[in-house]
Amino acid sequence: MSFLDLKNVTKIYPNGTKAVHETSLSIDEGEFMVFVGPSGCGKSTLLRMVAGLEDITEGDINLDGKLMNEVDPSERDVAMVFQNYALYPHMNVYNNLAYGLKNRGIDKETIEQKVNDAAKLLQISDYLQRKPSMLSGGQRQRVAMGRAIVRNPKIFLFDEPLSNLDAKLRIQMRLEIKKLQQKVGVTSIFVTHDQVEAMTLADRLAVINNGIIEQLGTPIEIYDNPKSLFVAGFIGSPQMNFLDGNLKNKTLSAEGFEIKDVNTEHEGEVTLGIRPEHLVQSENGLINLKVDLVEQLGSDNLVYGQLTNIKDFCYRCPGNQTIEKGSNLSLNIENKKYYIFDKSTGKRVN
Amino acid sequence: MTRFITSSLSHLILLIGILIMAVPVWMIFASSTHTSSMINMNGLQMLLGDSFYENYLRVLLYQGGFFKEITALKMFFNSFIMATGVAILSVVTSLMAAYALVYYRIKHATLLFWIIFITILVPLELRIFPTYSVMAELNLVNSYFGLIVPISASAIATLFFRQFYKTVPDELLESAKLDGANTWRFFIDFLIPLSKTMIVAMLIFMFVFGYNQYLWPLLVTTSEQYWTVVMGLKMMSGSIVHRFAFVMMSMVPPILIIIVLQKHFIKGVFQDK
Ligand SMILES: Nc1ncnc2c1ncn2[C@@H]1O[C@H](COP(=O)(O)OP(=O)(O)OP(=O)(O)O)[C@@H](O)[C@H]1O
Ligand SMILES: [Mg+2]
Repeated sequence: MSFLDLKNVTKIYPNGTKAVHETSLSIDEGEFMVFVGPSGCGKSTLLRMVAGLEDITEGDINLDGKLMNEVDPSERDVAMVFQNYALYPHMNVYNNLAYGLKNRGIDKETIEQKVNDAAKLLQISDYLQRKPSMLSGGQRQRVAMGRAIVRNPKIFLFDEPLSNLDAKLRIQMRLEIKKLQQKVGVTSIFVTHDQVEAMTLADRLAVINNGIIEQLGTPIEIYDNPKSLFVAGFIGSPQMNFLDGNLKNKTLSAEGFEIKDVNTEHEGEVTLGIRPEHLVQSENGLINLKVDLVEQLGSDNLVYGQLTNIKDFCYRCPGNQTIEKGSNLSLNIENKKYYIFDKSTGKRVN
Repeated sequence: MTRFITSSLSHLILLIGILIMAVPVWMIFASSTHTSSMINMNGLQMLLGDSFYENYLRVLLYQGGFFKEITALKMFFNSFIMATGVAILSVVTSLMAAYALVYYRIKHATLLFWIIFITILVPLELRIFPTYSVMAELNLVNSYFGLIVPISASAIATLFFRQFYKTVPDELLESAKLDGANTWRFFIDFLIPLSKTMIVAMLIFMFVFGYNQYLWPLLVTTSEQYWTVVMGLKMMSGSIVHRFAFVMMSMVPPILIIIVLQKHFIKGVFQDK
């Protein structure tokens, strides 16, 4: 049994909403797991069941070899960072960090030692006497992290802790969280709906849709090898291009072009997926793109245009190429990097 | 110019308001420092006389009542016990009632709350005889307990605390739970400090409420030893200056409580921001 073990966990809310369906998942000690998925897919619910803040309708959760189903959150030895931080407004930063330790009956000197260590690690030593209302968003974020770290819990749970920060600070804190987790080595689950955050933080990623884990794997595995249309569309930025097509005799015919020798026996209506970054310009290419719009990001250009019938087809090219609006590009798919999904089930077939 | 006129006008109105409220109080105070023959001959006075100590000391220590057993000093003591008891007991019970209503998984908690709330529509005067007979059965007539307890369940305070608790974000409770706080600790370490300002306001309010009680103490005490200040105001016999002195003194405790607690009240407001 691994460190955290979810077995056929189901959550049905009292009003009948089925938020999580028979989910099984194992997380190893020290691993950084990220739950990613669209709003309302059940990420928070799953996380909160691990914390003990929601009852488990069916299934088992084991943490460090102990069945957690009936264990009170205060006894679970887990720490959670909330989206709005949930700092204690009437306590100063020091007491915010110390509170959990006091409740565990730890003596004063040890508490002071631990709080000071955590504060140093997070660079909040200067604010220990301040109330949370006197801190900036980033500082509050650190205090929330500090409160989790100081207790040295079995597991860290993060529920979209970065979504209240501005873009720049978010990237910085993302990096810090990752570094911190590696330094402290605590098993962590991080919930986000931001796929960039998910990709950069995760050791392993669980892509969740409608209360089901659609795919589980390292970020690269999932990026390179999405198992379903949903995962393919969700992971990767800009989003994968999708085209309708038809498979017959290992030949895929899409609008305006054909791909031969496809490595699948599947036949019928399919969806073809091509990532913008897997296209290259070449003479007599497969795809003919009429350029509508170019977004220059500096390092890259995002080129949006039309195929015969499809709007907003995206192609990503290095930033040093100049591409004129209105021009026609001839594109090929790099190294057979295309994905074919069954149109009705959304499952990957190649 | 017009602004000058309107602002002077509004100041004038406010000034008149203050005078209307303050002048009678001042007249009573000024009059209470004269001898009674002076008042009887010349009517109410606007200027201070020189019998302040004489009058006030006499009132405090005079043995009054039908059996000549009660002094004003004792009445102040009784009133203080009663008002403090009502304030503390009602704040404590309504804090706890509100806590249970908001945080415990009670079925029909909202219905239950409204039932509590409806009791506001049933003032003490309406239920005074049943309440009295309960107290009599329990042998609590002529006791501080009997004076305090029946008027110490406050639906209004419960309402205020309940509304406040409902605005406390759930994450705070969840966060505290994960930090190892049980239900009791959450109440003590979070809700009480967070509602400090409101607690002080309620303490003032309920103190004054308890202090001003008249009908209930009148009914539930037969021994003069339990007379309160407000009862004494009515029962007081003696000369007019002594009554005035007593009236003046009866105003002091509520004012004092407000002055003392208001400091905390204001401090609380600023600290929480
Ligand atoms: N207390 C509740 N009672 C009933 N239904 C709920 C409750 N909490 C959440 N739900 C429902 O359960 C589903 C999953 O909710 P959850 O909060 O886990 O989503 P999420 O993936 O965290 O979304 P987000 O990214 O918006 O936070 C949603 O459909 C939501 O409406
Ligand atoms: Mg959520």
